[in-house]
Amino acid sequence: MILPRRSVLAAGAGLALAGCDRIVQVPAARRILFAGEDMQRGLHRALTDRGALAPEYRIDQMSPLFRSNGTNDPGTADYHALAADRFANWRLAVGGLVDRPGAFSLAQLRSMPIRSQITRHDCVEGWSAIGQWAGPMLGTLLHACGIRRSARFVVFRCADLYGGQPYYESIDTIDAFHPQTIVALELNGKVLDIPHGAPARLRVERQLGYKHAKYLQSIEAVASLDGIGKGQGGYWEDNVDYDWYAGI
Amino acid sequence: MAPLSPGRTVFRHRIATRLWHWVNAVALFVLLGSGLGISNAHPRLYWGPYGANFDAAWWQLPRFPGWLTIPAGYNLALSRRWHLFFALVLAFGLLAYMVASLFNRHFARDLRIRRGELGAAHLAEDVRDHWNFRFHDPDDPGRYNTLQKLSYVAVLFVLLPLVIITGIALSPGMNAAWPWVLDLFGGRQSARSVHFLSMIGLAGFTVVHLVLVILAGAVNEVRSMLTGWWRVPETGAAE
Repeated sequence: MILPRRSVLAAGAGLALAGCDRIVQVPAARRILFAGEDMQRGLHRALTDRGALAPEYRIDQMSPLFRSNGTNDPGTADYHALAADRFANWRLAVGGLVDRPGAFSLAQLRSMPIRSQITRHDCVEGWSAIGQWAGPMLGTLLHACGIRRSARFVVFRCADLYGGQPYYESIDTIDAFHPQTIVALELNGKVLDIPHGAPARLRVERQLGYKHAKYLQSIEAVASLDGIGKGQGGYWEDNVDYDWYAGI
Repeated sequence: MAPLSPGRTVFRHRIATRLWHWVNAVALFVLLGSGLGISNAHPRLYWGPYGANFDAAWWQLPRFPGWLTIPAGYNLALSRRWHLFFALVLAFGLLAYMVASLFNRHFARDLRIRRGELGAAHLAEDVRDHWNFRFHDPDDPGRYNTLQKLSYVAVLFVLLPLVIITGIALSPGMNAAWPWVLDLFGGRQSARSVHFLSMIGLAGFTVVHLVLVILAGAVNEVRSMLTGWWRVPETGAAE
């Protein structure tokens, strides 16, 4: 009587798999499941060094080709006009909970102390690529604008639309002032190209790729993520239930 | 001392073992299904620190069908939610079970491999017994046989820790906190490959485990993992 039992087992497994899909429809179960993100973030923040640096690599360890993902070209008329002038008219606005809101040109950003780092980019899908990024530290920019103590998050708004909606991302001030968190202007020694986020993109090296907002337009210091987008802190978080904390 | 006669019941599994068994069974089930869903997002495995579409993959994985994945339809965000929640259940469950099993002497009494058990003659006999569906020593039917001990030890002390530590190696946050984990496996993409291979090991163990439970008497075995009480089977002594 082995076969019937086996098929009962197989059918049971199939039902249980389908059951998992039913379970996430229940709001309470969904809340518990989604609390996994807070537990993981809590464990990371509580048990590990908040200032720990992401691994950096040697030049000979770099990916021969660094693939791009997500938007490869924002494709809007405004963006193309900026790109046509090699972003001479582009400004990075910094505002929100700061004492001195500003708008920085590429030349101004390039005149700041530049940090260069060879780091690994991990896509949420599973692939990794190693490249060399250079640009001013986000913390330098935020201090230059006099970020207030009431700020808890930093929001990045981008030039690209994804599925018709503006791409944006956010990180907390722990990651914002992390030394490897930079506004990258260069990849592999060259001015950032359009597929990789020209003219400036965020690098937040202890989190997955979708946090590394490309085509930066503005940076805003805020006390809460409520009321921004759909309130979950990013395009993917709002629309596809990705974790806001992408350190895992 | 007279051996335990067939038909008698013995207390075989303590509460910590039984609790962890079922918690872990659920966790493994969810982790396997959601893991295959995550694999579908980029079904290529590499060695080394990096690996993406332009790099050479050592294994181009198949696309896993919906009846194997959680959720059934491709949804990377939800697969990750399931996976990362139950990863905590798996890791902390194993930790609690290991601590309990040191204190209640489950490891020392039931899983410790004794001198002579690894001898070629003894192992050959154990394989022969399995081949003839004799799983219990008639003189001491409650004891685990050597192949059983070896597979439990391999799962508890090799495969499960390996799948957990390679999972930790995939977290960019943990890479910063514990860079030695990456060095242990030779980079994140190597760790991802080892994570997949240890999953295969665990899935293989689960299949063999289920088949042997059925062959050894599913009702008796499942009941003993629920209540702790196990009836000494007729076959063990009769053959």
